[in-house]
Amino acid sequence: MSANLSAILYLVSGVLFILALRGLSSPETSRQGNLFGIIGMVIAVTVTFLSVGNFSSGFIYVLIFLAIGGSIGAFIAYRIPMTAMPELVAGFHSLVGLAAVFVAISAFINPAAFNLGVPGDIKLASLIEMAIGAAVGAITFSGSVIAFLKLQGIMSGAPITFKGQHLLNALLLISIVILTIYLCSTQSSNLFWILIAVSFLIGFLIIIPIGGADMPVVISMLNSYSGWAAAGIGFTLENTALIITGALVGSSGAILSYIMCKGMNRSFFNVILGGFGATDQTSGSQNKEQRPVKSGNADDAAFLMKNASSVIIVPGYGMAVAQAQHALREMVDTLKKNDIKVSYAIHPVAGRMPGHMNVLLAEANVPYDEVFELEEINNDFANADVAFVIGANDVTNPVAKTDPQSPIYGMPVLDVEKCKSVLFVKRSLSPGYAGIDNDLFYKENTLMLFADAKKMTEDITKNL
Amino acid sequence: MEIDPFIFRLSIFILSIFVGYYVVWSVTPSLHTPLMSVTNAISSVIIVGAIIAALSGSDGVVFSSSSVYGFLAIILAAVNIFGGFLVTQRMLAMYKKKKKDK
Repeated sequence: MSANLSAILYLVSGVLFILALRGLSSPETSRQGNLFGIIGMVIAVTVTFLSVGNFSSGFIYVLIFLAIGGSIGAFIAYRIPMTAMPELVAGFHSLVGLAAVFVAISAFINPAAFNLGVPGDIKLASLIEMAIGAAVGAITFSGSVIAFLKLQGIMSGAPITFKGQHLLNALLLISIVILTIYLCSTQSSNLFWILIAVSFLIGFLIIIPIGGADMPVVISMLNSYSGWAAAGIGFTLENTALIITGALVGSSGAILSYIMCKGMNRSFFNVILGGFGATDQTSGSQNKEQRPVKSGNADDAAFLMKNASSVIIVPGYGMAVAQAQHALREMVDTLKKNDIKVSYAIHPVAGRMPGHMNVLLAEANVPYDEVFELEEINNDFANADVAFVIGANDVTNPVAKTDPQSPIYGMPVLDVEKCKSVLFVKRSLSPGYAGIDNDLFYKENTLMLFADAKKMTEDITKNL
Repeated sequence: MEIDPFIFRLSIFILSIFVGYYVVWSVTPSLHTPLMSVTNAISSVIIVGAIIAALSGSDGVVFSSSSVYGFLAIILAAVNIFGGFLVTQRMLAMYKKKKKDK
């Protein structure tokens, strides 16, 4: 296949990827968008086969390895529970990162195959692109592995900090730049390996100080990195599809990180420099005087809801942990049968990744037009009879609006306290990840329901 | 003087960032999780590089030091492509509108 034709087809596949993202602007067009993405991928792979034009025994092996990877991927995709989506995405990011590293290594060992020169005399620009691709890929890989371990609960979600952490990270980043410069002048393969090793280390060090609830930002950030790594490799291979895709994914992840940071009213650097929970523990333990709370049982909750005319449900990460989304939907079905208006309010950072709650509700067959974002629904709390907070905490804390001393001051929160009554499902009175007390617990109109989210929801349904 | 082809690629790159910026802002927040999984899937187009690397072995030698990395990258990228697109499909199939006939 001529180089021009394949370049045009790569461009086509890049455009299809753009359309794939464009489709996600509404659920109706999203499935079609996904199809565009698949077609784009098929074109890119086919064109690559045709332009390499090597259908020897190596080609058979490529197909075999493709089939192995593909079946593993398909198996995971069908088996994974929706609640484990953050882990899955983090895991997938690590694979993109590692694949980028492998491609860069291969190009470094055998540059002739990529038309980049000969070993020891690789074109300067290609070498820089390769080094960037490999470094960002390695950071993505090790960072995503840590994020995955934290989300899986294999590694503690608590931030791990130590003295001189930021200095160490800064030194390592500088050393990457120096290594790249030396690599370009000496073409030494040892330097290339050291560069990759240092990048792995950085990815690891950047993610360990970040706490569990900051994961939405981390996942988005790693999403972005995986894109930049792909773009770096795209420059090396002079491949338009990869360059376009890398840019798309890179900016997509960056925008999501921005949205997540805004949802927490924190700057990106504040999140990355880490240790939210660790630095603010003092303010949490100061006012530990016992304040009275009202607690109730499923019967009380059912009574309140039965007499309401509108109910707003505020789900959070606790709902995902308790797998309570199906039980919740059954409860809502019962409410609707009694002509009670029900809607769902989703905070941007509810859950462990962007859109996490929406997927879980969709899984439980909740129609997406009953689910609202913070800005859309926040004014409705004042007119609603009951707010049912299930598994959310900090995102409902009125302190964010009233107390400038509070670490979460300024964070946009759901105005749950404006409801006539608030039902708060929680296992205990323990503070959320931010380590601060939720004033909502002590309000006159709040009824605490101390139980597992799923069990409590089921009990309420029985009592309705 | 001729323009270096690198400049063209850089132009594509920069313009794509802008395309990405506007396209992603128009994604509805409720689809942010599928957005992440689909971007994940499409960034695995890096498999293009993996295939070239895997087929780089000289005549008769399938597994050379450089092609082995290509084969490994093919497995990783393939997991991602199939896993990413299928899981996105699975998620998107769940997004339903309110049924009117009730």
